[in-house]
Amino acid sequence: MTLTLDAPRIFQTKPLLSVDNVSKSYGAVHALRDVSAIAYPGEVLGIVGESGSGKSTLLRMMNLEEIPDKGRYTLDLPDVSGNLFDLDRFARRMLCATRIGIVYQNPHLGLLMKHSSSGNVAERLLVAGERSFATLRAKATTALEASEFPLERLDAPPIELSGGMQQRVQLAKAIALEPALLLLDEPTTGLDVSVQALVLDTLKRLQQDRQITMVIVSHDLGVIRTLADRVMVMRRGEVVEAGLADQIFQDPQHAYTQQLVHAKL
Amino acid sequence: MTAVLEIEGLTKAFTLHHLGNRIGAFSDITFSVDAGEFVLLKGANGAGKSTLLRTLYRSYLPQAGQVRFQSAHGEIDLARAAEVDIAHLRRTEIGFVTQFLTARPRVSAEAIVAEPLRLSGVAPERALEQAREALELFGVKPDLWQAYPTTFSGGEQQKVNLARALILPQKLLLLDEPTASLDAKARAALVTRLAELKSGGAAMIGVFHHPGDVEHLIDRIVDLTPDHFVEKDHTDVAV
Repeated sequence: MTLTLDAPRIFQTKPLLSVDNVSKSYGAVHALRDVSAIAYPGEVLGIVGESGSGKSTLLRMMNLEEIPDKGRYTLDLPDVSGNLFDLDRFARRMLCATRIGIVYQNPHLGLLMKHSSSGNVAERLLVAGERSFATLRAKATTALEASEFPLERLDAPPIELSGGMQQRVQLAKAIALEPALLLLDEPTTGLDVSVQALVLDTLKRLQQDRQITMVIVSHDLGVIRTLADRVMVMRRGEVVEAGLADQIFQDPQHAYTQQLVHAKL
Repeated sequence: MTAVLEIEGLTKAFTLHHLGNRIGAFSDITFSVDAGEFVLLKGANGAGKSTLLRTLYRSYLPQAGQVRFQSAHGEIDLARAAEVDIAHLRRTEIGFVTQFLTARPRVSAEAIVAEPLRLSGVAPERALEQAREALELFGVKPDLWQAYPTTFSGGEQQKVNLARALILPQKLLLLDEPTASLDAKARAALVTRLAELKSGGAAMIGVFHHPGDVEHLIDRIVDLTPDHFVEKDHTDVAV
């Protein structure tokens, strides 16, 4: 039995995020082919797949860093309408700064490594128009605290911090403006196990307390299993299977998903 | 009595791509469960008892058939319902109770038990209070309430899991050997709590290795042994 978009419904919830039939090619290489995804308010959508499957490309598109050859992207938010891929550069930047947060695997992509940690978070607030120094400092501190960053290190630049701490600064920056959507690209890859557990726990807590919708990309099935409500499996630029997280892990339908799940330690 | 759940022609098989074959679990299962009714699933190992429970919960996808559930928001076929609706129903109306706890790192026992209440809108302090009562009922010692269950013994983990799974009244409870390896006190607590939920109108479908544990709760037995699919009134059979 395959499940389709016209599956029976009794609740009226509408998706916060909808990506429809997105395709992108780099020359002869199809990075994404007719990919669609939805995420409901407060839901955690996990995207798994091997390197080169297109999962990170898709996430960068959700952050409007990359524009596809074709496809639609909508967010069901007040004052946001139409296909977001059609927005001009300025509108895109504003939308991302105020409504979307992102955490990259590589902290160098998300942070200025030699500025203070609190300054990194405040920069996000500045982009959104905040100008008072006292407010900037207070809001940055609150966000760092919510990310469980040790406050005695507020002024330390990320370059002096451990990997786990750098991810917390990224997370604080991402949530400083209380975004509706939080995008996470391999947020715990490369961290040691105990630090990974702390970051996962922080994410889960944030998601539950603030009802933030999250899309998390990881090749670590354990991470996806811990966080995601629903899972999408990608391979060679296409979605091969999507379902409830427990269904994907316990009753994978597609040959590739079975391979992936059976390979898990 | 009105049926909470009507299962019709339900069929489940697993396709194993790397072996190129298909393993049948059960086929053409039809029965219904009323509000406040307790149905025991019977059958040898491999008859598909746990598989049926997981299919009803939609951890497994069925190949054919319907699972009509009377939710507080109307009737819906759980075999085909949108995933977002299934997720919502799991938080509010359909519970799955196993012997295994999925503990999260760095979350205390009382927080794990309180979570379903918090997510359903109960104030955090009140939720914690109720969680502690539930832990006490199942015999988890107070000095463990703030500890992380990842390090608990199997038995203690199971008690935390049961306290969590049964803390909210549900319309439908799927019970997958919840009594396995429980001590007598916790078993008694479990039976008491199940009886309470049953008289509150919860429909229950359960698999028990020792059905004697819940004997007085059983209303009906469904035998899943292949070629032997029968429904019986509890009055006809000895457990």
